[in-house]
Amino acid sequence: MQSKLSWQEFIITRAIKASGYSAIVFVALIFYFLLREGLPTLGEVPLGDLFAARWYPIESYFGILPLLSGSLLVTVGATLVAVPFGLGTAIFIAEIAPRWAREILKPLVELLGGLPSVVLGFLGILALAPNLRVFLNLPTGLTALTGSLLLGGIAVPTVVSVAEDALDSVPRAYREGAWALGATRWQTIWRVTLPAARSGVLTGIMLGVGRAIGETMTVMMVTGNAPVLATGLGAFFSPVRTMTATIAAEMGEVANGSVHYHTLFFIGMVLFLISLAVNVTASAMVFRSQKRAERVLS
Amino acid sequence: MNKLLLNRNQTQRLGFALLTVMAAITVLPIILVVFYVISQGGAAISWEFLSGFPRDGMRQGGILPALVGTLALTVGTAIFSVPLGVAAAVYLAEYAPENGLTRLIRIAIINLAGIPSVVYGLFGLGLFVLFLKFGTSILSASLTLSIMTLPVIISTAEEALRAVPQAFRTVSISLGATRWQTIRRIVLPEALPGILTGIILGLERAAGETAPILFTGAAFFLPRLPNSPFDATMALPYHLFVISTQVPEMPFQIQYGTALVLIVFVLGMNLIATIIRSQARARRQW
Amino acid sequence: MTEKIQIEHLTLQYADGAESLRDISLNVRENAITVLFGPAGGGKSSLLRCLNRLNDLADVKTVSGKILLDGENILDPQTDVIALRRKVGMVFARPVVLPFSIYGNLTYGLEVMGEKRKLRLDEAVERSLRQAALWDEVKERLDDPAIALSGGQQQRLCLARALALEPEVILLDEPTSGLDPISTGKVEASLQELKKNYTILLAPHSVQQAARVADYAAFFLQGELVEFGEGKTLFTTPRQKRTEDYVTGRFG
Repeated sequence: MQSKLSWQEFIITRAIKASGYSAIVFVALIFYFLLREGLPTLGEVPLGDLFAARWYPIESYFGILPLLSGSLLVTVGATLVAVPFGLGTAIFIAEIAPRWAREILKPLVELLGGLPSVVLGFLGILALAPNLRVFLNLPTGLTALTGSLLLGGIAVPTVVSVAEDALDSVPRAYREGAWALGATRWQTIWRVTLPAARSGVLTGIMLGVGRAIGETMTVMMVTGNAPVLATGLGAFFSPVRTMTATIAAEMGEVANGSVHYHTLFFIGMVLFLISLAVNVTASAMVFRSQKRAERVLS
Repeated sequence: MNKLLLNRNQTQRLGFALLTVMAAITVLPIILVVFYVISQGGAAISWEFLSGFPRDGMRQGGILPALVGTLALTVGTAIFSVPLGVAAAVYLAEYAPENGLTRLIRIAIINLAGIPSVVYGLFGLGLFVLFLKFGTSILSASLTLSIMTLPVIISTAEEALRAVPQAFRTVSISLGATRWQTIRRIVLPEALPGILTGIILGLERAAGETAPILFTGAAFFLPRLPNSPFDATMALPYHLFVISTQVPEMPFQIQYGTALVLIVFVLGMNLIATIIRSQARARRQW
Repeated sequence: MTEKIQIEHLTLQYADGAESLRDISLNVRENAITVLFGPAGGGKSSLLRCLNRLNDLADVKTVSGKILLDGENILDPQTDVIALRRKVGMVFARPVVLPFSIYGNLTYGLEVMGEKRKLRLDEAVERSLRQAALWDEVKERLDDPAIALSGGQQQRLCLARALALEPEVILLDEPTSGLDPISTGKVEASLQELKKNYTILLAPHSVQQAARVADYAAFFLQGELVEFGEGKTLFTTPRQKRTEDYVTGRFG
C-alpha cells in the first residue's frame, strides 16, 4: 500500500515538474522554428534588398522597410492614444472614483480587453472608417490613423489594469503623509503616488505597447494594406501596412519553402525579438521594483 | 496665502474633471459598441441563422459550421492547455524552489503571453502543420491555441493556489500526508474556483482569436461540419473576418449577426468566469 | 519512567538567520508533560518542529546532532518521515481546521494513510473526541463544517485530530494562546488525562501555564537551553540567575 502510494507520488511529481518547465520549452521551440524557416532569407535575399523600401513579393521585391515603418507608425499612434487615456482612467479608478464608479468601470475595461480583435476591426471598417473619411475629408477611411485609434483601444485595458494595480499598491501612509503636509489630493497624485508607482505604470505602458505591436487582425482590416514607406506625419492619413498584417495576409498564399515564405518567417522572427525585448525589459522592471519595495518594507 | 489655496483647489477641480472625462471617453465607446452590435445584429439572430449552413456565397443562410468549429477549437484547446497549465501552476506554486531556473520559467511565461498571435500562427504552421504533418486541421489549430492560452491559465491558477492558506499545508503534512496528497485533497479543491476562472479566461481568448488559426486550421468555407480532428474547420472569428473583408456585397445584417454571436460567445464565457469568482469569494471561509 | 526522546547536541540554523538552536541536549520522559518555555524567539517552536521533521518544509541551513526517538535517530535522512509524523502528532498555536466537516478533519490523517473501513474511522472519531473532551459537544453534528465551531472547540478538535492517528508523542505549540480561560482550562485538563498514555511536549503561552502543567520544564533563551529540571523545583528554586529573572517576571 505504502510503496504503491509513493510510486504514484513519484510519477505525478515528475509529471508536474516537467509541466513546470514546459513554458521554457515552448519559447525555445517557437524561436527555433522561426529561425529555421526565417534565416534562409538571409541567404536568398541580399541584405541591401531586404532593408529596401519596396515590398512587392510577386516581382521579388522583399524590402521590409515599409512594413517596419507601418508597424512603427501605427504603434506610435496607438501609444499616443493609449497612454493618456489608459493612465487617466487608471488614476481615475485608483484615486478619484467613488466605489460604485470603480465597480462599473473595472469590468467595462476588462470587457474591452476581452473583445476579439476581429470584432473591433469589423466595427472599424463599418463604423469608424467611413466617419473618419467624411470628417477629415480623406480619399479613404482605411488609414494608419484608423488603425492607431483602434489599437489604442486594444492597448488601453492592459495599461489600465497594470497601472491601476501599481497605483493601488502604493501604501496609504504615503498619501496620508502628503495630505498631512498640506498637499491637495491632486498634488499628492502627481508628486507622491504616481512617482511611487512609476515602475509599475511604465511596465503597464510597455506591455500595452507590446500588445499594439503584435496586434494583427484589427490593423489588417482597417489600415488599408498599402506597403508604402512612411516619410512624414502625413502618413497617418494614408493607408499603411504592418508586419503582422503582412504575415497574416500573405502566408496563406505562398508556396512552402519559397523565398516569400522564408521572408514572412523572417518578419515573424523580428516580431518575436521585439516582443522578447519589450517583455524582458518590462518584467525586469517589475522584479527590480519588487526587490526595492521588499527592502524598504522589511 | 488664501488666494494660493483657492488656486490649488481650482487646479484640483479642473484636474479631476479632466480625468473623469478621460475615463468616460475610454469607457463610453465600449458601451456603444456592445449596444450597437446588439441592435444591428439582433434582427439577424434566428434558429435558421444559428443552425443553418451558409448559402449563396455566404450571403445568405446561417453560421452553423463556424459556430461548431469555434466550439471544437475551444474544446480542443482545453484538452491540451488545461492539464498542462494547471500542472505547471501547481509546480510553480507548490514545488518550485526560488532559484535561477524558476526565474527563467517565469520569464518564459511572461514572454509566451507577449508573443504576437500571428507569430503563434507561424509557429503552428512550422511545427504542427508541416513538421509533424498534422496538416491544416482542428488538431494543429487547437495545439497552437493551447500554447497561446497557457500563460493565462498558468498565472491565474498559480495565484489561486497561492491564495490557499499555508497553514492548511502545514497541518496536512503534520498529519502524515505527503505533499501530493496535500495538494490533491486540500489545495486543489480550495483553489478550484480561481483555477476555473483562469481556464475560462484563457479559453475565452482562444475562442476569439483569428491570427493563430489562419494558417493552421481555419477554412474559408466548408459546406459541411468537420468530422475528425484532422479536418480543417470554419471558425466564428475567421468567418467574421471573411464576410467583412473578402466577400463583396455582403448583407450588413449577417455581418452584424455573426459579430453578435461571437461577442455573446466570448463575453458569455467572461460572465461565467465572473460569476464563479464572486460566488467562490462569498462562500470562502478563509 | 523511561526516556522516550533523547536530544543530543542539536544545532539548527535557518537560511534567513532567524531563530535557531545551539547545542541542545535534553531527555524527554515518557508519560509526562515536558514544558519548553522562555521568551519568543528562544527556539521552542524550532525544537518542536524538529521532533516531527516539520522543519523539512522550512528553509533550514544546517542541522547537526541527534534526536533519538525510541533509540532511532529521526534526523537520519533514511527516516520514514510520514511514519514519524503519525507517531509524533502536533497541535499548533492558532487552531487550523481543515476545510472539511468535523468528521472529515478527524479522519483526514487516517484516510491519507489508506484507511477506508468506515467502522475503524467511526471508532477513531469517537475515541479521539472523547480524549479531547469534545465528544458530548459535537456528537450530534459530526457532518457540520468544522469552521462553524467556536475557537476553543476548534482547538480541541485539532488536538483530537492529532490523537485520531494514535500517536505516541504529542507536540503542542502554544495551543491555548488564542483561547479564553475556560477553554484553556479544558485543554489543560485533557492534557493531564492524556499524559497517562502519551509523551507530551508543550510550549506554553505563559510562565503561569508552564508552572501549572509541567512535570518537567526546560527554559530556552535565544536558542540555548539554560536550565532543565523537574517542574516542581524549577519554578520555585531555579539554579540559574537567568531562569529566576524570567520566572519572577524581571524580563520577557
